[in-house]
Amino acid sequence: MEEEVMTEKRPIISAGGGPRREGAARKTLPMPVRYAINAVVVLVLLVLGELMIDGGAINRYQSTVLEQVGIYIILAVSLNIATGYLGQLPLGHAGFMSMGAYGCSIFIIRMSEALGVGARDFVTGTPMALVLVLGGLVVGGVCAAVAGIVIGIPALRLKGDYLAIITLAFAEIIRVVMLNIDDVVGFDLTGGAAGLTGIPGYSSFLLVFGCVAVVCFLTHTMMKSRHGRAILAIRDNEIAAEASGVNTTYYKTLAFVVSAFFAGVAGGLYAGCVGVLQPAVFGFMKSIEILVMVVLGGMGSMLGSALSATVLTILPEALRAFSEYRMIAYAIVLILVMIFRPQGLLGSYDFSLSRIIERVMNRDFPWARRAEKDEPAAKEVSADA
Amino acid sequence: MFFTQVLNGLQLGSIYALVALGYTMVYGIILLLNFAHGDIIMVGAYVSWLVMAQLGLPPVLAIILSVAACTLMGVLIDKVAYAPLRNAPRLSILITAIGVSYFLENGAQLVFGADAKVVPAYTELTTVQLGGLSLSFPSILTVLVTVVATVALTVVVQKTKLGKAMRAVSEDMGAARLMGINVNTTISFTFAVGSALAGIGAVLYAMAYTQANPTMGMMLGTKAFVAAVLGGIGSIPGAVVGGLLVGFAEVFVTAIGLSVWKDAVVFLLLIIVLVVRPTGIFGRTMNEKV
Repeated sequence: MEEEVMTEKRPIISAGGGPRREGAARKTLPMPVRYAINAVVVLVLLVLGELMIDGGAINRYQSTVLEQVGIYIILAVSLNIATGYLGQLPLGHAGFMSMGAYGCSIFIIRMSEALGVGARDFVTGTPMALVLVLGGLVVGGVCAAVAGIVIGIPALRLKGDYLAIITLAFAEIIRVVMLNIDDVVGFDLTGGAAGLTGIPGYSSFLLVFGCVAVVCFLTHTMMKSRHGRAILAIRDNEIAAEASGVNTTYYKTLAFVVSAFFAGVAGGLYAGCVGVLQPAVFGFMKSIEILVMVVLGGMGSMLGSALSATVLTILPEALRAFSEYRMIAYAIVLILVMIFRPQGLLGSYDFSLSRIIERVMNRDFPWARRAEKDEPAAKEVSADA
Repeated sequence: MFFTQVLNGLQLGSIYALVALGYTMVYGIILLLNFAHGDIIMVGAYVSWLVMAQLGLPPVLAIILSVAACTLMGVLIDKVAYAPLRNAPRLSILITAIGVSYFLENGAQLVFGADAKVVPAYTELTTVQLGGLSLSFPSILTVLVTVVATVALTVVVQKTKLGKAMRAVSEDMGAARLMGINVNTTISFTFAVGSALAGIGAVLYAMAYTQANPTMGMMLGTKAFVAAVLGGIGSIPGAVVGGLLVGFAEVFVTAIGLSVWKDAVVFLLLIIVLVVRPTGIFGRTMNEKV
């Protein structure tokens, strides 16, 4: 029975998708093996990266850029949950990011004062500091998730553009609050316009990409579960989903809150990477920047989000000399992609290592398929093309 | 003091109302949240600056050219960026609009630089005496122009043939096409009228704040959109009422000494109205067809 289910594995977002070829002879990998293979690959990549940093093959500046890449991957993947999978258009992702960044760094600063953990401990990575950082990231995520619930419940009653504008409004409110909260509470909490300083530099390659792996894994498993299918159903047709018994309010809020939580975690990592937080950084432009990554990569494709986040973070660094043209290029690319390829560069294609291994196991290669294409029975090409 | 504040509220509200009218008209006809609308105002303000400060031409010419540039810009944006996507998913058009807005802002930054430019005064008359009160002339002019523009717009939409076509297209594009209405011309006309109003708004804004900078359109546009949504998007009186509401709210918050919170208050107002009345004050509830 288990095997039967396994043969039905396909890219999460393929809408419908015809039946697999008849004949249960297709070899598949059992689920634990799939997870094991992916876990090993991720671990090897992490260790490899860390070794290269330690060995000096990647210098300090490059590793900081790498950390930024990881942070933007988390942001893009998390926004993709709300945009690509749920089909809404939140324009306030930077608001969640700032909630997470402030929540995480204030928690870490206050707690390290109370527990006597020095800034050096974060660099060397004592167990206490590590616990604090992980705790801080969770606190940041929870702050953002709470903001997500507060925003989501009124926002998700509205549709499309109204939702976009109300999330934008909330993100602006968050920014104004961060800017002026000190005068209200009467002591230094966020540091206002001058910024929050004294954040220990706790973000490292391992921490950031460990978080990337965890976020991608959790997103992937969620989207493959029945909860994920409910979310996709809402995207495809909300009325039909509701008629089929999907609790649309619940699942919309769930996707929204998960998206916010991950953005908060990314915010926490961002704080540890740059060391200073200013409310102005988390303006409307930041939200748009993240949205561009998702749209460009392909709404609904995790690989697309990750790839375009990588390219769009590294490219400006490489093109520092032309920084004023970069924004114009951004805008033009965005418009052109929408006109000529509205589904994004990768569409909803997603990468799956296990799928490739299975193909090899079954000797099911693209060139072999092309020969088969003439036969009417070979339907599967369309799904993976 | 009180009258000055009321007049300030009226002035700011009038500018918001003019911009909100453009949002409402475009949204009413093609259901597009035109993010670039605020940036059209920025273009208008820069044209005024170019004509008066750089070329040294008279203000009348600056006003005419600003409005003309905005009108042209609006139609051009529709033709280049939105028209190819007429049948695409709404999300794609919305993101295109964001792209256009981004393009205009960064283009302006590239051409004119990031710092604000000072737009010279359009008129030398700064105050008028009215029954012992000294009132700001630009404020009065702003309110008057807005009233005239709104009345003119209402007449155009209600009485002319093109206005009738606009209403028909906004009601049902397919049916309008079957009745022999040239949908594309009508949409272009809507963009032209909306952008011309934005041009007038740009002149009035530059008159009040005497400066132009690349990102001025963003906050102004966002708040005007808030005004349009508050009033009920698609409704002309709604846009005016929403604009005045936002303007008064801002002036009131500033007057009681909380000016740093004024953006938050406006957005909070929007959220409250949307939660209570999801279609805005004058909005019609639309039934969704399955």
